[in-house]
Amino acid sequence: MNGPTIAGTLPPGAHSGPGSDRAAAFDVGRYGAWADKPGILGWLSAVDHKRVGRRFIATGFAFFVLGGILAGLMRLQLARPESTLIGPDLYNQLFTVHGTTMMFVFAVPIMQAMGVYFVPLMLGARNIAFPRMNAYAYWVYLFGGAMLYVALVLNIGPDAGWFSYTPLAGPEYGVGKRSDFWAQLITFTEVSGLLVSIEIITTVFKLRAPGMTLNRMPLFVWAMLVTSFMIIFAMPAVMMASTSLILDRLVGTHFYNPAEGGDALLWQHLFWFFGHPEVYFIFLPGLGFVSMIVGAFAKRPVYGYVAIVLSLIATGFLSFGLWVHHMFATNVPELGKSFFTAASMVIAIPTATQIFCWIATLWTGRLVLRTPLYFILGFFFILVLGGLTGIMLSAVPLDLQIHDTFFVVAHLHYVLIGGAVFPLFGAFYYWFPKVTGRMLDETLGQWNFWLFFIGFNVAFFPMHILGLQGMPRRVYTYAAESGWGTLNLISSIGAAIIVVSVLLFIVNVARSVRSGTPAGANPWGASTLEWATESPPPPGNFHPPLAVGGREPLWEQEGIVGRVDGLKNDPPEVLVTTLLDALPHHRFAFPTPTLWPLIAAIATTVMFVSSIFTPWAVIWGTIPIAIALIAWFWPSREETEKHKRMERAP
Amino acid sequence: MSTLAFLSAHGRRRASDSVNSVVAVAGLLMLAMIAGCQRESRHFEPTAGPGITPPMVRMSELQPAQVNPKQSIAPRYEVNAYSLAEGKRLFEWYNCNGCHANGGGGIGPALMDNVWIYGAEPENIYATIVQGRPNGMPSFGGHIADEQVWQLVAYVRSMSGLVPQDAATSRNDDIQSKKSENRTDPEHPVPAATPSSSERSQ
Amino acid sequence: MRIAAALFSPVAIASPMQDVLQPAGPQAGHIHALWLLMLIVCSIVLVAVTVAMLLAVRRASRGDESTPGDAALLTRDEHRIHRVVGTAVGVSIAGLLLVFGATVITDRALAQLPLNDGVHIRLVGHQWWWEATYDDPQPANVFSTANELHVPVGRPVVLTLEADDVIHSFWVPNLHGKKDLIPGRTATFAFRADVPGTYRGQCAEYCGYQHANMALLVIAEPSDRYEQWVTRSRSSAPQPADDTTKRGQQVFMQSTCAMCHAITGTNANAKRAPDLTRVASRETLAAGAIRNDPTALTAWIADPQAIKPGTHMPANALPSSDMEALIAYLETLK
Repeated sequence: MNGPTIAGTLPPGAHSGPGSDRAAAFDVGRYGAWADKPGILGWLSAVDHKRVGRRFIATGFAFFVLGGILAGLMRLQLARPESTLIGPDLYNQLFTVHGTTMMFVFAVPIMQAMGVYFVPLMLGARNIAFPRMNAYAYWVYLFGGAMLYVALVLNIGPDAGWFSYTPLAGPEYGVGKRSDFWAQLITFTEVSGLLVSIEIITTVFKLRAPGMTLNRMPLFVWAMLVTSFMIIFAMPAVMMASTSLILDRLVGTHFYNPAEGGDALLWQHLFWFFGHPEVYFIFLPGLGFVSMIVGAFAKRPVYGYVAIVLSLIATGFLSFGLWVHHMFATNVPELGKSFFTAASMVIAIPTATQIFCWIATLWTGRLVLRTPLYFILGFFFILVLGGLTGIMLSAVPLDLQIHDTFFVVAHLHYVLIGGAVFPLFGAFYYWFPKVTGRMLDETLGQWNFWLFFIGFNVAFFPMHILGLQGMPRRVYTYAAESGWGTLNLISSIGAAIIVVSVLLFIVNVARSVRSGTPAGANPWGASTLEWATESPPPPGNFHPPLAVGGREPLWEQEGIVGRVDGLKNDPPEVLVTTLLDALPHHRFAFPTPTLWPLIAAIATTVMFVSSIFTPWAVIWGTIPIAIALIAWFWPSREETEKHKRMERAP
Repeated sequence: MSTLAFLSAHGRRRASDSVNSVVAVAGLLMLAMIAGCQRESRHFEPTAGPGITPPMVRMSELQPAQVNPKQSIAPRYEVNAYSLAEGKRLFEWYNCNGCHANGGGGIGPALMDNVWIYGAEPENIYATIVQGRPNGMPSFGGHIADEQVWQLVAYVRSMSGLVPQDAATSRNDDIQSKKSENRTDPEHPVPAATPSSSERSQ
Repeated sequence: MRIAAALFSPVAIASPMQDVLQPAGPQAGHIHALWLLMLIVCSIVLVAVTVAMLLAVRRASRGDESTPGDAALLTRDEHRIHRVVGTAVGVSIAGLLLVFGATVITDRALAQLPLNDGVHIRLVGHQWWWEATYDDPQPANVFSTANELHVPVGRPVVLTLEADDVIHSFWVPNLHGKKDLIPGRTATFAFRADVPGTYRGQCAEYCGYQHANMALLVIAEPSDRYEQWVTRSRSSAPQPADDTTKRGQQVFMQSTCAMCHAITGTNANAKRAPDLTRVASRETLAAGAIRNDPTALTAWIADPQAIKPGTHMPANALPSSDMEALIAYLETLK
């Protein structure tokens, strides 16, 4: 169809509203091979990015809650000095698994999951690239995260800290199998992360709607693109590190053994070369959320699109040059440390640029003050505060005092919760109507936001002071005469408030899924393509796919310039477009649902977990994986017939 | 779409994807909580054990009438990674490797082979450490805490591969002198014979 | 653990105890100055950004979900905003340069501590205690102690930092930042105490079960008192004078103690645990975990795991007469 689409209306023939989708999603008559397969087998074999994305997001959130419970236990223990609630062994496992969960099993995967769900929709694509690999990546992630918690419950929870320094995590001092489970968790999440990154990059480069040139892509897509490239370059470092650690522990190599030519510091370099970019894997998608929400709730295109894109790219590059700032207290050469101080300060400039652009957008917009925007306002305050303490930490002399103290704990929570979790909650409130077809309750949302904002500051601000008062990190208790008791108690109270806030969110979701206000296709009146289809989107997303002519397709006069006719539904066909200008290039048949990704993931899990106990698992374990992969890729006679028929008559 | 298919599909979808994954994870965790893990427990408090008097130690396999069943607390130590690691630490701290090297022996007999002059059972090794032995093995009874002796006993057995592989210690952060205990193939003890001095001096 | 709770009565530590913002020496002083500058600059920035955001929210007109998006702004030139945002970015860069310059100046100041006439200490980090060896050109004057350093006021202290097992970190906030003790590497670190007092430090790199209880004291004293302490430390432990203390020394040698601890002047020469030659003169025990008095010492020897679960020292169930004799002997080791 030609002409503009006003907020709230859809291309003719489309359906909207909750309930219409549930039965309709299985409707083979309407959606052909895009239709979801029913039943438990259909659920297990799904390759639709929305079906996989929903469970991906839900699993990530479940791990957030689990990690939060561990944090709650930690705060209970630290609320009083010399508390005997939790002993050192359990406490060490708690803080290690809390950190590992939040960094590896919640934050990065959930950002990728939001990408899996929303990037294809924002680009006008019908599915994510490599849909079966997407399913496989999800299962590998789920099994890895589950392995971590099974280990914790069996008293094999890793206990060497979430960054697992050697020699404490090494073969001599890392007793038992705990650090092996940590290292294998890394393997699971790295495999999953790398695969999803590949899919996102391919989707962004090859599956955009015709006319969506690179500079018409939504800013969240840019953020996910930069993040995905960063993941591909950074994750191999930690894969190498964790594999070397397992080899040291299991087989007796000497990577981290100074007596035989290895180096304890090698671990730190390898880990932090990944670890610093990793926090930007978490942060950049958050910045993407902010751009989307600011634009939609200021009712104007975000000011400084090019500046923001360049800032995202600059942050991506610069983040690879910061890693030694985690190692300022070691004896690496002093002059080298100054370089990393400078780099760590420089990376503030692109972030500052984006913040100024957003504030300018808000200033000159027409503001819709709803919960998503509140979370963004909370982001501004908390993230800026966290970023500024980051500048403090980037100075070597000052870092030598506050490194490895509660000051750093405060800083990292301010930037991660402020910079990623607040925008994530804003994104949940913003996109919930699109995913479920219902609005989240606004009153509960306000309570959610304010309790989270207040609880967060009450919990984490005192930690700055505690660090300056000399309280180191990762201590299971502290002396009564240290004077740290009062601030720790306040911090624990703040943690309790956060718990209430998250519970409110869960209640809000549970209620709204059943009885929230029905939402149409575009309840917020936003401008990007995901709002141009039903809520929730049907299988295959767009019927028909659209062609765009601008950066804000649902706002501009010539935003939607056409439609793509002629793509088949069976086999499910997509239009592949060129990289820079998204000109139609060729049509391509996408794969249909299958169980083989799940089976391959199970085989992978068996191999990874067994290799904790014996190196032979690496040999024998590849056989089931190979069988599963061969079965996965085996061409189906039925599908080959369909493709051959299309060769003659497309 | 037929009503039945709609209802079944609808029913499936009502247990929405998010609830499914949460229930799956929770179920797994419940199951796991029932099991324990002996390998990984860390016993900081000393556990009840015999005093300096060693447990009933037999130096011969022959017994009159019916064989008395053997009771030993040592197996608990052999499956526990923390105890084995502590035993390894104490082996160095108390200078066992001054005579036994890292298992290869020297002034004292090798500990990583299958020859056990005074018996390979944990009680025998306990008695060896606590009571001492002729020709140079000091008596550590009263000088080393009981818990630590049992940890050393477990470690000594691991040096010839007689403990479960997943609990055995790995390599030290030292110059490597031998295969680590978790890579050592089991050397099953051969029946002990009365050592003659010429035999032992090899 | 109730025994432990009863023992954790206030340790007599002079204030400032363990505080970054109470510098007692030039290194901590330089860092404190940098902190103040950073705090001021960062507070200004935070307030400015927060105010800007709140003003933006207040001043902008309101809309609702159905308000159409202003697509015309895609083609309109917003040069006023260009100028404001550009200025803001420029000001940010200037602020960062200021802060970076201050950092470089502080770095150089820290490196310029004069090191002549320094006290040289070799500090080895163990799980979970500190071994300190005071070096001297004359080998006979070298002595070891544990968990408590005495340093002269006004003279630099040069530390050589090594680790015996895992990574630890030496940190006495009143005196300087921290430096890691890394196995396989030797680090050098220097500070100077200019104000007499007792300063508490704590291990600042997670090192296992008792990382939380790995503290140390640095006692800065005027030179004459320091020299007295050094002279006393160099001499051997006093021989036991009466029957009880003689029996105590016997208990020490005959039971488990001598397997790990050393007392100079006796046959106990093990290096695995803190040197006890001057144990009674220390302010705390067990790396700052408990106060140094006979009751606490008795409880510690009887069951260290109740106070520091996971520590390497085993429980020692001595008969009470032997325990009393042992304590009496240890109390003579001043």
